[in-house]
Amino acid sequence: MQTKRSTFRNGWLPYALLAPQIIITLIFFVWPASQALMQSVYRQGDAFGVRPPTFVGLRNFAMLFDDSLYLNSLKVTLYFSVGTTVLSMGLALLFAVMVNRMIRSKDTYTTFLVWPYAIAPAIAGVLWWFIFNPNIGILPYVLNGIGYDWNHRSSSSDAMILVIVAAAWKQISYNFLFFLAGLQSIPQSLLEAAAIDGASRMKRFWTIVFPLLSPVTFFLLVVNIVYAMFDTFGVIHATTEGGPSQATNILVYKVFRDGFVNLNMGSSAAQSVILMGIVIILTVIQFRYIERRVNY
Amino acid sequence: MVENDRWGIFFAHLVLILGVALVVFPVYIAVIASTHPSGTFVRGVMPLLPGPNALENYRTVIFEGRSRAGTPPIGGMLWNSFVMAMAITVGKLSISILSAFAIVYFRFPFRMFFFWVIFLTLMLPVEVRIVPTFQVVADLGMLNSFAGLSIPLIASATATFLFRQFFMTVPEELMEAARVDGAGPLKFFKDILLPLSITNIAALFVIMFIYGWNQYLWPLLITTDPEYYTIVMGIQRMVTGGDSEPLWHLVMATVVLAALPPILVILFMQRLFVKGLTETEK
Repeated sequence: MQTKRSTFRNGWLPYALLAPQIIITLIFFVWPASQALMQSVYRQGDAFGVRPPTFVGLRNFAMLFDDSLYLNSLKVTLYFSVGTTVLSMGLALLFAVMVNRMIRSKDTYTTFLVWPYAIAPAIAGVLWWFIFNPNIGILPYVLNGIGYDWNHRSSSSDAMILVIVAAAWKQISYNFLFFLAGLQSIPQSLLEAAAIDGASRMKRFWTIVFPLLSPVTFFLLVVNIVYAMFDTFGVIHATTEGGPSQATNILVYKVFRDGFVNLNMGSSAAQSVILMGIVIILTVIQFRYIERRVNY
Repeated sequence: MVENDRWGIFFAHLVLILGVALVVFPVYIAVIASTHPSGTFVRGVMPLLPGPNALENYRTVIFEGRSRAGTPPIGGMLWNSFVMAMAITVGKLSISILSAFAIVYFRFPFRMFFFWVIFLTLMLPVEVRIVPTFQVVADLGMLNSFAGLSIPLIASATATFLFRQFFMTVPEELMEAARVDGAGPLKFFKDILLPLSITNIAALFVIMFIYGWNQYLWPLLITTDPEYYTIVMGIQRMVTGGDSEPLWHLVMATVVLAALPPILVILFMQRLFVKGLTETEK
C-alpha cells in the first residue's frame, strides 16, 4: 500500500492518532466477533453455574442445517433478497434512463426521486404496513375491488410481497443515483454513431448502454444483496415480525429472535458466524471487482 | 439526440410522473392520515384528502403521548435521536480523519496491520454480531446511555477509506513546503489538510447524519428506559405495543416527524449528499 513519497518522522504520534479508532474497533468489533466464534462451538451452561459450558465442536452448525426452521429462513432470505434487488434495481434503471433523456426537467425529477433515501427501513415498513392494512388500507380496498382478498396477517405470499415492496421502495433512490451517474459517463458519440447506422432506441440500449453500465450494475447487485440481507431488519421487525408462520423470517431477524427472545446463545452465535462468512464473501467480491472491472 | 421523437419524450415524462407518484405516495398517505381524528380509521377506508385535526394530533404526540396505548411524548425521543445522530457523525468523522492522516502521512511499524484491523469493521455489521456486542456493552455498564447508543457505532472503515483516498490526491509539494517552513505534523494537519478537506467532511456529514438518525436495531437493544428511546425505534413500540389496533393518526404524525429531519437534510444539501454517497461507495 502506498503512502506519500516523503512522510513525517515521529515515534509515537501515528499510534496516538490511530488509537481511538483501533480501540473502538477492538472492543466493539473484534472482541464480540471472536466471542461469537467461541460461543458457536460451545453448548451454553445453565444460569446457576451447575453445568458449565461444554465444548461441542461444530454441533451447533450441524444442528442448524438439520433444523427445518433454519433451512426455511435461508429460503425466505433468498426470495426476499432476489425480489428486493430485482424490483428496486429494475425500477431505478428505468427511471434513470428516462431522466437521462430529459434536459430541463432533469434536476427536478432527480430531487423528487432521491429523498426516500432519508427514510429509515423501519419507517418504510410502517408506511407500507399502513397502506396494506387489511381493514383500513387503501391498497387492499382497491385489490378487493378487482376480487383479490389481501391479508398479510394470514397469507405468507402477501406478507412477503409487503416486505419486498417496502424494502425495495426505500432503495430505489440509491440505485437511481448510481445508474444516473453511470449513464452520464457514457460517451454520446457512441450512441450517435449507432443511431446514424440505423440502430433503434431499443437496440442502442441493449447493445451499447446496458453493456457499458455493467460495472455499475454489478456493483449495485452486491450492495443491494447486502442491503436486503442485513439492513432490512427494521422492515421485518416493525411489521410482520417474521410471520405469518415464519414466512418472512429472514436470517438477520432469526439471529435476533434466537438470541434475545428464545435465549439460545449457541445457535444464535453459530448463525452469526455464518452471516459473517456471507458478509466476508460479499465484501471480497466487491473489492475484487473494484480492481478488475467487468468490462467489454 | 439524433432523432426527434416527441412521443418518446412524452412517454418518458409519463413514466417519470408515475415513478414520482410511486415514490411520494406512501409519505403523502402518512401526511394525510396524520391530519384526521381517530374516528376516521374506525369507519373504514383511509381518506385521501386532509382532515381537520392536524394541529391537535401533532400537539398530542409531541407533548403528551398516550401512555396507555404505548406512546410516550415524542419531543424527548426527537431530541435523543438528534443527540445520537450528532454524536455518531462527529465521532465517526473525527476518528476516521485522524487515522487516515496517520496511515497516509507516516511510516511506522505495523501500519498495514492497523489498516487491516480497520478494514475488518467493514465486514462486521452490527446485525451479524448483535448478541456478543450487546454483552460487551452491558459489561461496560453502557446500557441506557448516550455513550452506549453512539460509541459502538462510530468506528467506520468507509469514512477512513474516503479520507485516505482524498489525502493521496493532495499534492506532495504542500507537505514538503510546510516542512521546509518548519511546520510539524499537527500544524500541517490543522492549517493545511483540514481546510482542504472541508467539502469531503461536509459530504460525509450528510451521509453519516442520516445513518445515525435511522439507527434502529441498536437503540432497540440497549435502551429499556423510555428516557433514552429514539424516535425511529419508538414508532415500532407504538405500532406493536398496544393490544388493540394502533392509533393510526398519532402513529402517522410520529412517522412524519421522524422522517422529516433527514429528508430536509437531503433536500437542502442535495449536491453534498450525492457527492458523499457516490464517493464513499467507490
